[in-house]
Amino acid sequence: MAILQVTGITKRFGGIVAVDKVGFEVNKGEIVSIIGPNGAGKTTIFNMLTGVYTIDEGEIIFDGKPIHNHKPQDIVKAGISRTFQNIRLFQDLRVVENVLVGTHIKTNYSFLDSVLRTGRFRKEEDEKVFEAIQILKSIGLDDRRDDYAQNLPYGDQRKLEIARAIATGAKVLLLDEPAAGMNPQESAELLQFIRSLQKQGYTIILIEHDMSVVMNISDRIYVIDHGKPIAHGLPAEIANNPKVIEAYLGGVSASA
Amino acid sequence: MDKKQHDANANKKKNMVYYIEYYVDKYKIPLAAVTAVLLIVLPQVVSNQYIVTTAVKIGIYIMLALGLNILVGYTGLVSLGHAGFVAIGAYTASLLATRLGLNFFGSIIIGMVVAGLAGLLLGLPTLRLSGTYLSIVTLGFGEIVKTIAMNWDPVTNGTLGVKNIPAPSIFGYKLTIANNGLYYLMLVMLLLIALFCYAVYKSRTGRAFLAIKTDEMAGIMMGINVTYYKVLAFVLSAVISAAAGALYATLIGYIDPNTFTFDVSTLILSIVILGGMGTIRGMFLGAAILISFPEVSRSLMDYRFVVYGLILVIMMRFRPQGLLGWKSQMPYRLSKYVKGRLEETKQDSSVVKQ
Ligand SMILES: Nc1ncnc2c1ncn2[C@@H]1O[C@H](COP(=O)(O)OP(=O)(O)OP(=O)(O)O)[C@@H](O)[C@H]1O
Ligand SMILES: [Mg+2]
Repeated sequence: MAILQVTGITKRFGGIVAVDKVGFEVNKGEIVSIIGPNGAGKTTIFNMLTGVYTIDEGEIIFDGKPIHNHKPQDIVKAGISRTFQNIRLFQDLRVVENVLVGTHIKTNYSFLDSVLRTGRFRKEEDEKVFEAIQILKSIGLDDRRDDYAQNLPYGDQRKLEIARAIATGAKVLLLDEPAAGMNPQESAELLQFIRSLQKQGYTIILIEHDMSVVMNISDRIYVIDHGKPIAHGLPAEIANNPKVIEAYLGGVSASA
Repeated sequence: MDKKQHDANANKKKNMVYYIEYYVDKYKIPLAAVTAVLLIVLPQVVSNQYIVTTAVKIGIYIMLALGLNILVGYTGLVSLGHAGFVAIGAYTASLLATRLGLNFFGSIIIGMVVAGLAGLLLGLPTLRLSGTYLSIVTLGFGEIVKTIAMNWDPVTNGTLGVKNIPAPSIFGYKLTIANNGLYYLMLVMLLLIALFCYAVYKSRTGRAFLAIKTDEMAGIMMGINVTYYKVLAFVLSAVISAAAGALYATLIGYIDPNTFTFDVSTLILSIVILGGMGTIRGMFLGAAILISFPEVSRSLMDYRFVVYGLILVIMMRFRPQGLLGWKSQMPYRLSKYVKGRLEETKQDSSVVKQ
């Protein structure tokens, strides 16, 4: 039974159909990639999955329950968290504080606890800080934990977004082009890290343009073009699929 | 090699702010003790009612700025009608004291509750507004409160205002400027409010406020209930401003609708901006500067709003973060417990490596 079952979701913006009857399923512990040329509708799919956009048709079933058109906050609580293609960190906060914001929904002390600095407050706050630092260590950002997010190099900012998403406690992570702007060494490290997440039981949906990353890491791949699903299968199948090659080459020649 | 480079970078970054923070932190206990002693003996040493009154006024404006700071500095919501909350606190408390004979401590708490409700009422409909639109609505709110105070004669006594507001008293002992009681009451209230703001800031609530201010969408994606926190910011801000307003009413002994004009709202906002939005220290300096300078010279008094305006423009151009609005350069403070656990895990992993 798939942990995430998406059927026929559609999103229209005025006249254009950004996502047109797209369906896919993701099993627990899988790494599934969504690829497609620029403007294909990949990010829009993430926005539909996370409740940023309502969907016009179709359904999204997570863990056996429909979640489409639910509030984003409820979807994170249910266990789906994401990163953004255009980095959206809390730039004025420190690295560790960014991750602490991620722990928000798992923090249970009351407002009064924090004002009175009760034992419960201190205990929980300590736990969350410790946890945040452990997450930063696992992604290799611990030595920058006191820095302000805005002072991090681009690649580290992307990592911090992943750390923040992990901190929410969600076990399904949607990563929107996490390797964008990384040098080959950084993206190789990121690949390792994503694999380690999979070993820890995370389920990952990945949008990525870097084919070396996609082909290496994905269990399965879905391809969309102009909002429509055009192929899905194992990496080897996708690499040799004429429709996919056509879509990409078409995309390249159109933009060239 | 990497480690060395890191240290070198860390050294290079140590600027003046770092050293100020470092020494303030190192000597925080003696510094706090000296400040406390100075503040406590001040009225005895100067024994000048005018100066003590000015000190109480500065304290009141620090509280007002701390209140507005929760909204503007933490959550990023600009209010131009804060005098409205001050008025609600001042009127509620003063009317309860003069008409029903309720003592100060009872009436100030009711004043805070009423202002909190007003904060809730203003907060809810303004949730979808931001920037200029929000400013205009809050400005309207300030004017509405003033208009109600002016026209609801049977309760507020209209333009005549509320007279003979009694001094607060504890066990029959009146707290006035003459016996320095009001000054010490101000100190206690200021301490409580500043500690409250600090506690809110350094908690999940404060982080949620800051997240909303920096990137609301990212905050939503972290599961933050933006509606709840924006309204909470309005309520907390209103409650603190009301407390300061009630104290102000007993200090002056008389209030009328013109006590709470738009000028008061701008003055509070100016303090927040001058001192440094989002900081607590900044509110102290901002209020000390802006409240004491018109007292220094009567001729300046007439032009003070020109001067406030100029200060704002100059600050926005040259130091938008405010005088004390720097970001801390000290490491993020970890509790003993967290440090201990980090040590443990370090040892564990080194054992594993061998
Ligand atoms: N909020 C919106 N309003 C109007 N049009 C939108 C909106 N969001 C996306 N679109 C359009 O939907 C289409 C799909 O965009 P989307 O961002 O999902 O593409 P993508 O596959 O993520 O592309 P890229 O690889 O460049 O990130 C585009 O034509 C885009 O212009
Ligand atoms: Mg995209």
